[in-house]
Amino acid sequence: MMEARKERMELIIESRSQNESFARAVATAFLTRVDPTLEEMEDIKTAISEAVSNSILHGYEGREGNIILTMELEGSQVMVQVRDHGIGIEDIEQARTPLFTSKPSGDRSGMGFYFMEAFMEEVIVESEPGKGTLVTMKKMIGRR
Amino acid sequence: MEYELIGENLVIHLPEELDHHSCRDLQQDSESLLAENEIKRVVLDFSSTSFMDSSGIGLILGRYKRMQESGGDVAIYGAGRRTERLIKMSGIEKLVKKYDDREGALLK
Repeated sequence: MMEARKERMELIIESRSQNESFARAVATAFLTRVDPTLEEMEDIKTAISEAVSNSILHGYEGREGNIILTMELEGSQVMVQVRDHGIGIEDIEQARTPLFTSKPSGDRSGMGFYFMEAFMEEVIVESEPGKGTLVTMKKMIGRR
Repeated sequence: MEYELIGENLVIHLPEELDHHSCRDLQQDSESLLAENEIKRVVLDFSSTSFMDSSGIGLILGRYKRMQESGGDVAIYGAGRRTERLIKMSGIEKLVKKYDDREGALLK
C-alpha cells in the first residue's frame, strides 16, 4: 500500500483569456500523478476552465489582475481552488442558477457553475463584492 | 477558427480547444459573414474539437438565436462523446440538427 501523501501546487496567472488553456494544461500535468480516468480528467479540466473563465470575464471584466489556481491531491481526493481579487459576486445564488448570465449579449450560456457542479462532487463559492471570489471544488477519483 | 461558405451554408470549423479564449472573435466574425451573404444554415464542425467547456454551449445557442431571427437553422457534425454529453446536459440537443459528417450536414 502506498501511503496517501498530500501534494500541493499553486499557479499564479494573469487575467488573460489565453491563460485558460494554460491553466488546463498545468492541471492535466499535475493530475497525471494520481492516474485519473480520461473522464475524470475531462471533468476536472472543464470545471477549472469554467472557474478561470469566470474570473477573467466577470471577476476582472477585462482589467488586469491575478488568478491563483491551487490544487491538492490527497489519496483519491482532488481539491481545486480558483481565487481572484476582482469585483466579486453580489448574488451567489443567482450566479449559480443554470442559464443565468450577467452578460446575455456575449454568447455566454449561463452554464458555467452548472458544469462545475455537475462534474465535481462539491463546489463552494465564497465572494465579497469589491474583494474577489474563491471557488473551492472537490472530487474523488479512482473509483473504477 | 476557419469559415467556409458553401452555397447557403456557413461552415465554421471549430478549434481543438473550444473555450472562452478561442470563441472570443466568433460572434463578430460570423455576424459579418451572415450579414454579407445569403445564409440559411450555420454548420458547426466539431470534428477537430477535443476539449469544450460552456463557451461551446454559448456558441451554439448564440448561432441558434441568430438563425432563428432570419428563418434559418443550425446543424452540427463531428461531435465527439464528450461534446455530445455537454450538449445533452445543457438541454439544447433539440435546437440543432445533428449529422455524422459534413456531406449530411450541408443544406443542398
